Amino acid sequence: MKILLMGNPNVGKSAIFNRLTGASVITANYPGTTVQFTRGRVRVGKEDVEIIDVPGTYTLEPTCKAEEIAVKMVDEGDIVVNIIDATNLERSLNLTLQLLKRGKPMLVALNFWDETKHTGVQIDVQKLEEILGVPCLPTVAVTGVGIKALIEKMPEAKVSSYDFEDAERWHEIGKIVESVQKVTHRHHTFLERLGDASIKPFPGILIALGVIVGTFEVIRQIGEALICYVFEPLFGNVWAPIMLKLSAALGGKGFIHNILIGRLIDGNIDFRESFGLLTTGLYVEFAAVLPYVLSFYLVLSILEDCGYLPRLAVLADTLMHRFGLHGMAIVPMILGLGCNVPGSFATRIMESRKEKFIAATLMAICVPCMALIAMIFGLAGEHGASALVPIFATLFVTWIVLGMIMNRFVKGETPEILLDVPPYRIPYFKGSLKKVWMRIFWFLKEAMPWVLFGVFLANILYSVGVISFIGRIVSPVIAGILGLPREAAGGLIVGFLRKDVAVGMLAPLHLTMRQIIVACVVLAMYFPCVATFAVLLKELGFVDLLKATAIMVISALVVGGLLNLILSLLWQ
Amino acid sequence: MSECIALTALASGARGAVVEIRAGRGLVRRLEALGIRVGQKIEKVSGPFMRGPVTVKVGNSRVAVGFGAASKVIVEPEGEGK
Repeated sequence: MKILLMGNPNVGKSAIFNRLTGASVITANYPGTTVQFTRGRVRVGKEDVEIIDVPGTYTLEPTCKAEEIAVKMVDEGDIVVNIIDATNLERSLNLTLQLLKRGKPMLVALNFWDETKHTGVQIDVQKLEEILGVPCLPTVAVTGVGIKALIEKMPEAKVSSYDFEDAERWHEIGKIVESVQKVTHRHHTFLERLGDASIKPFPGILIALGVIVGTFEVIRQIGEALICYVFEPLFGNVWAPIMLKLSAALGGKGFIHNILIGRLIDGNIDFRESFGLLTTGLYVEFAAVLPYVLSFYLVLSILEDCGYLPRLAVLADTLMHRFGLHGMAIVPMILGLGCNVPGSFATRIMESRKEKFIAATLMAICVPCMALIAMIFGLAGEHGASALVPIFATLFVTWIVLGMIMNRFVKGETPEILLDVPPYRIPYFKGSLKKVWMRIFWFLKEAMPWVLFGVFLANILYSVGVISFIGRIVSPVIAGILGLPREAAGGLIVGFLRKDVAVGMLAPLHLTMRQIIVACVVLAMYFPCVATFAVLLKELGFVDLLKATAIMVISALVVGGLLNLILSLLWQ
Repeated sequence: MSECIALTALASGARGAVVEIRAGRGLVRRLEALGIRVGQKIEKVSGPFMRGPVTVKVGNSRVAVGFGAASKVIVEPEGEGK
């Protein structure tokens, strides 16, 4: 038996799914959070049944690709649980009535029930149940209200006998709403006023700038504090002595020692330069990258759950149209700042091929992931803003210029934004924290093997001389165009696997500030990490990915070369 | 009866009723699904700024509509405009 969770976007399907199955699906307060099906299992009575979280759709007359897939799903289900937004009854019922006609046993969950009170909406659930002819019950997914009742009611799902002329659907909906819903007049709440203020160009753009600057500052502060007070002491005081003992036990040298511990620097372990699996490998991921990733996801989760992102999307719409994208394309960009992998998945919310291609390519080239950003902070941070500003400013300018160029040359349509802007919601603390934990866990699971493999491979390639061999071959490009030392080739090779390890490999080279800036920009641009590449292959297909890769390499060389030229002239 | 204008020309903060959507079937359907359809009362929240989207309040929700689509939605402004 299969149960489908269906409803409009952003009505809380994933939240209910998580509640029903105990599973962990990312939820957020904007339409289109769920772009793929998630299957889970739920116990109904004595039976263990499959339940599917279907991406949101407004209608069964599909208007875009994501909706098409959702519509095809209907036939596969045995029971449909239609989740509706109780504060938006009229719009929700449009899908409900279409689902009723499909003749599947159905249940209706009126989610966001808690919000009906302060929006002044009163719904007679009993009456709605009588009219629709299927069980209806109120729920509050984030806190779990009504979930147990929903499971208990599952066997009572039934096929509705409600009948209407399809052409008269809106009229029919009007009649239902009229008879079950009472709306009392009320004043705008503070959150509503703030919600509207942050979508108007003024003061919206000021608010947006404030949010962006504030967000980065908070991420940086939390990240630095974690490194300074938790992870550095942990590695320096606890892990280093253990590693020194292990090093002594391994005899202080030899192949295995070099792989696990790396080189001792003046008889000590230098977590930045030793380059062993258990020293630099773990240090890069836990002491340099993880603190920033943690702090980023903490802030992102709050931004997502309160409902700010769609407002930013509306404000950014005008700018994004210059790139052949629309406002919602900021979602993959922002998720990409955390990790390019979920960022690539999020390009699914883009409707046309052109949009998807531009969004994915732009993100892969110009949006550095948190792991890379953290390492750039580590490497360039000692030079302060004079190194950090050129790096991020170059990426930002490239983002704009490349976006405009691609908009001109990539064929296809750019649809317009048409977006439901949800109300601001106070994030449910436990839910947001759980999401941070899920993302951190996922990040470590995805990243750790590649980081360790990257360090391992770097060691092997060094010891057999492959890196210096490749270094000699590509030296005209690396030294000639980019002005980097030949040894930087090692970093660029490992950068195919993981960017953070690659930046880590530059640390022992003691580069000049100009070289650091150029190397960081080129590393960010020339290729996404292998994990992102794999997702892009799935999302874009082989031919488009090939084109995207060509754009990556060319823009990395052009921008890196120009940057090298400009900086050498400036800082002669 | 006051004059009918495009949604883009409606003043921010003004209310009106949708009288016509001069668009193809697909766009009409998508707008309908979000609550913007003939006969519906709406309130304009903001826009368009530099040919950006128009945000309107429909029932309990806010919907952002791209400039092109918004210029195809014809509304009849309500009374004094506020």
